[in-house]
Amino acid sequence: MAEKMALAKAINESLRRALDADPKVVVMGEDVGKLGGVFRVTDGLQKDFGESRVIDTPLAESGIVGTAIGLALRGYRPVVEIQFDGFVFPAYDQIVTQLAKMHARALGKVKMPVVVRIPYGGGIGAVEHHSESPEALFAHVAGLKIVSPSNASDAYWMMQQAIQSDDPVIFFEPKRRYWDKGEVDIEAIPGPLHKAKVVREGTDLTLAAYGPMVKLCQEVADAAAEEGRSLEVLDLRSVSPIDFDAVQASVERTRRLVVVHEAPVFFGSGAEIAARITERCFYHLEAPVLRVGGYHAPYPPARLEESYLPDLDRVLDAVDRSLAY
Amino acid sequence: MTVESTAARTPRRSAGNKAGTTGTKRTTSTAKKAAGAGKSAEPALVQLLTPEGKRVKNAEFDKYVADVTAEDLRGLYRDMVLTRRFDAEATALQRQGELGLWASLLGQEAAQIGSGRALRDDDYVFPTYREHGVAWCRGVDPTNLLGMFRGVNNGGWDPNSNNFHLYTIVIGSQTLHATGYAMGITKDGADSAVIAYFGDGASSQGDVAEAFTFSAVYNAPVVFFCQNNQWAISEPTEKQSRVPLYQRAQGYGFPGVRVDGNDVLANLAVTKWALERARAGEGPTLVEAFTYRMGAHTTSDDPTRYRTDDERLAWEAKDPILRLRRYLEAVNHADEGFFAELETESEALGKRVREAVRAMPDPDHFAIFENVYADGHALVDEERAQFAAYQASFADEDGGK
Repeated sequence: MAEKMALAKAINESLRRALDADPKVVVMGEDVGKLGGVFRVTDGLQKDFGESRVIDTPLAESGIVGTAIGLALRGYRPVVEIQFDGFVFPAYDQIVTQLAKMHARALGKVKMPVVVRIPYGGGIGAVEHHSESPEALFAHVAGLKIVSPSNASDAYWMMQQAIQSDDPVIFFEPKRRYWDKGEVDIEAIPGPLHKAKVVREGTDLTLAAYGPMVKLCQEVADAAAEEGRSLEVLDLRSVSPIDFDAVQASVERTRRLVVVHEAPVFFGSGAEIAARITERCFYHLEAPVLRVGGYHAPYPPARLEESYLPDLDRVLDAVDRSLAY
Repeated sequence: MTVESTAARTPRRSAGNKAGTTGTKRTTSTAKKAAGAGKSAEPALVQLLTPEGKRVKNAEFDKYVADVTAEDLRGLYRDMVLTRRFDAEATALQRQGELGLWASLLGQEAAQIGSGRALRDDDYVFPTYREHGVAWCRGVDPTNLLGMFRGVNNGGWDPNSNNFHLYTIVIGSQTLHATGYAMGITKDGADSAVIAYFGDGASSQGDVAEAFTFSAVYNAPVVFFCQNNQWAISEPTEKQSRVPLYQRAQGYGFPGVRVDGNDVLANLAVTKWALERARAGEGPTLVEAFTYRMGAHTTSDDPTRYRTDDERLAWEAKDPILRLRRYLEAVNHADEGFFAELETESEALGKRVREAVRAMPDPDHFAIFENVYADGHALVDEERAQFAAYQASFADEDGGK
């Protein structure tokens, strides 16, 4: 039973289903109750599930994650919202030193089924601290799992799977795609959470991306097709773990790889992918793995973000450079 | 009481009417006096046993220890003596190279045993890394505490088997976990309570402030038990606060009380009171146990660089164990046989701990990769396999070691 819905609505429906299915699931964050969140992702949930399950919290991110850890220790499965990417840092300590390590410190006797939702990325003309992509800062931390859906269906199902996970999951939501609609089949059987998907098959080069950049890469592939080039687009979906097997399989076919993300290129997930794929596919590669992403500069003011973010031409430029080898 | 209620309930009794307390609803004359007195004299604290071992009456808190028998008192004494003995053994084991580090609780036995013995089995404890006395009260095997200090694990016990969470080294983090856990108790409709331990240094951490805020807003059944041992490594409490720490509670809308941290009976009474408030749906309480860290911060610390012997001597006169012994002897609650037997038990404990630590094996190399995730992770699997292959590459040279 497929239904067309926006990505934000798909997450809303997924949260609703989780709240309905498991009394231990609680949703918490700033303005998630009556307002339904600043992006309305939690719209109507408090009305239907009550204030004890959809909790408006004090404005304190460390407190949100820290109390979620305590609730998890008590047997709950909290889904917490950080209002914007740039506001997660007060909670960074709790996420890195406590949430990520608790299971290991307890020698496996404690589980941390906490989902941290973070609307991330730019392209919406926002003010400072509202457009960042900090996923690499979390991917470096063992104990965390990191995912980012690119479309409504994945948003729905990956949220279901993240909530069911006994590990902490940082769920990066591509905020510029919140209003993009897609088919969601709520009776489908989803694939594994951390597996990549080939969303477009091609033979000349692989574009690997996740979250907001998948749609861009599909547009790039369309444009390249008009010039007679066949690009494969791989939606990674998961940043920790990364499905290197899928990247490898694709690169063994296409022999060229360009990784695209909004986050700064320097020490970004693209760097890790480039290093690993170079190791795995050294004799298959016809060109070095190239990366397209943000610059080593603070996220710029909104009037400059189009120059900072990867766009069609910048990715095509990288494609040309790769194919020139 | 559900989380729907965002306003703290009115306390059943105005906590502000007691000496050394601040109330939730209004600034009482006592609290004003206490705050104003900060410059000239320390505010009053709840004390039931003087340093000389004399039992003093306290109209507010006597009732919380009214049922304490002579046997109970001997039990408290035994707990403190054995905890101190264990602690001394651990310090010695560090000096002998058996432990990498030890954080001694010397001087804080009354605060920990008094509060620890106020708890029910179904209550939950969130400790710092110095709560060896509380761990003792919870029934955690003392040798389990030593694993992390020896470097064989990062927390060697199952938190749920004694409702005693793992030691937390990042200062103040656990106060938020305690608050979240307490919020869960409320949701479950249970009448258990949570106690969060922290110190004077931690009182400056943002997480502690946020824990106060969250617990007050959700009226969470949590007792914040601050052992003000006067020193955060080398920094005195004046570097953390302009007001006595218990007064911090007032700004958050719940009561705070200062108790003589070296008086085990007073700590028992005040913690029982705070736990009862929590169980009755009256929300959080801040207890400031005014005590003294008689040893170094840890075995890596050198307190001679920042404090004087005079100060230590003054506090030694207020020793928590000595004062209870004086009381037990004065009222004939314990005879020489009791003390002699305890001395034997104490030495046996030291021996048991010593032998257990020396026999504690290093973990298997592959423990690095264990329990990183509950549901597994492809990269961990890959790196474990690489590590195994690397280890196996030595097999021919030294027999697979």
